[in-house]
Amino acid sequence: MSSVWCLFSHPKDVGITSAMSRTTFFEVKILDAKTKEQLCFLDKVEPYSTTGDIKILFHKLYPQWYPARQALKLDPKEKSLRDDEVLQNLPVGTSATFYFRDLGPQFGWTMVFLAECVGALLTYLLFYFRVPYIYSHRFISTSSPHPVVTLACACHSFHYGKRLIETIFVHRFSHGTMPLRTIIRNCAYYWGFSAWLAYYINHPLYTPPSYGDLQVHYALVLFAMCEIGNFSIHLTLNNLKGDGSRGRRFPVPTKNPFTWLFYFVSCPNYTYEVGSWVSFSIMTQCLPVALYTSLGFLQMTIWAKGKHRAYSREFKDYPANRTAIIPLVL
Amino acid sequence: MSAAAPGTSKTGHSDVVQKKKKGPGALATAYLVIYNVVMTAGWLVIAVGLVRAYLARGSYHGLYYSIEKPLKFFQTGALLEILHCAVGIVPSSVVLTGFQVMSRVFLTWAVTHSVREVQSEDSVLLFVTAWTVTEIIRYSFYTFSLLNHLPYLIKWARYTFFFALYPMGVTGELLTIYAALPFVQKTGLYSITLPNKYNFSFDYYTFLILTMISYIPLPPEKRTNALWKEQRKACRHSEYPSQR
Repeated sequence: MSSVWCLFSHPKDVGITSAMSRTTFFEVKILDAKTKEQLCFLDKVEPYSTTGDIKILFHKLYPQWYPARQALKLDPKEKSLRDDEVLQNLPVGTSATFYFRDLGPQFGWTMVFLAECVGALLTYLLFYFRVPYIYSHRFISTSSPHPVVTLACACHSFHYGKRLIETIFVHRFSHGTMPLRTIIRNCAYYWGFSAWLAYYINHPLYTPPSYGDLQVHYALVLFAMCEIGNFSIHLTLNNLKGDGSRGRRFPVPTKNPFTWLFYFVSCPNYTYEVGSWVSFSIMTQCLPVALYTSLGFLQMTIWAKGKHRAYSREFKDYPANRTAIIPLVL
Repeated sequence: MSAAAPGTSKTGHSDVVQKKKKGPGALATAYLVIYNVVMTAGWLVIAVGLVRAYLARGSYHGLYYSIEKPLKFFQTGALLEILHCAVGIVPSSVVLTGFQVMSRVFLTWAVTHSVREVQSEDSVLLFVTAWTVTEIIRYSFYTFSLLNHLPYLIKWARYTFFFALYPMGVTGELLTIYAALPFVQKTGLYSITLPNKYNFSFDYYTFLILTMISYIPLPPEKRTNALWKEQRKACRHSEYPSQR
């Protein structure tokens, strides 16, 4: 690719207002991180511009590389600069050189979550309705004689349906985007496990739980409580972010009894999520579900511990008795 | 060598610093040297056993039985290497080492030991020979590296023989798994069928087929490249002059 010059003489075109007439303008050179070819030269860049602004400028010249796809660094081996880094605070002279790397197609977190949830939901239903080629052909479109199987389908669908609703109406995602490879991996995980679980639960040879209706009903109650709990926590966390002011606070229990788990753990949303899956395992008495629950628990514990550490570091008055995910223990 | 006396906290601290930046401390090095010497000796025993059995019988069929016990012992002993990585006295990735050792242990116990009928197959001799030569070279390589006195011959052998030994080993392993398939299917070895109380099923036959398939895409990406990188890293590590 031949090197290209771009000269921006009028900052107003790209939304950067030239406030004072006596500011020292910066020059910005953008090179390809691998080939070191010069991709762009920006003249008269405001010292108060951020990396994000520069990405917008760069995008104007290379429309295929929208800002979310760009990684700009001061050195090819270093980490990418954050979008809010201000140009004049960086360790460059008035002539800055950035290295560019294409991160590949990016997808918003909303898209990702939707893909994961819709896929998991529909995959399970394929097995519930016993579409052809899954089980022996005499079972096509039949339904299982066990009521627990229908209940399990309802619970599983409710779980992912709730997640879908939350993704659309409740969650506010902090990071912008995710690369294609991660989405494929995540979807494979959710869809794959959904299929694996659904295969056994909806199998013609499925064996209902050993303790019968008692086991199923207790598990159902636990499931419902965990789902409500999880939803309550998401609402609480959402309200925390929505406070507008830059002052950050850690989440605290509210009047809703389900949020009282905050007295004991930093991430009760994960606690409730694990609880939902444990109750689903008990309800279906299915080993693959238990295995999936364990995997999820492992992953969520890692996330919870990270969050717990972040909270403890950021807030000096963070409650000392809180653990990450399991009260008193973990 | 560390100036502080062993057992003092100062050694402990410098050992930790050395662990983090410059490899194992004095005690760990001694242990690793012993470990690698023992392993080299073990695989030499297997090699000698194979040769003696061949000379005694006059043919190379059914030699597995003469080295069955030392093979199981020393191959299973390699599990310690995962621990070495986890603890940090060996600069390798736990995941990578774990993967390699587990695949060997899997073949030794879950295929060759478990399916008696394949033990007389020639493919077993194929991979056992490949493993024996590889391991003798590898463990002597590590031993000499730790003592900072690596003869060029061993380094050369490790790089060069790899090209013959690796395909030989893979072929032997694949043929053995393939030979085991009909017996696994017939007896339902290690398999669980529905219906059962926990609503779970596992078909060992399908699992073995998937294992065989996994050999194919992995070598160009993970196994060969990873082994290669690890060897190069190990060689480079041994080239550095003594840091103590």
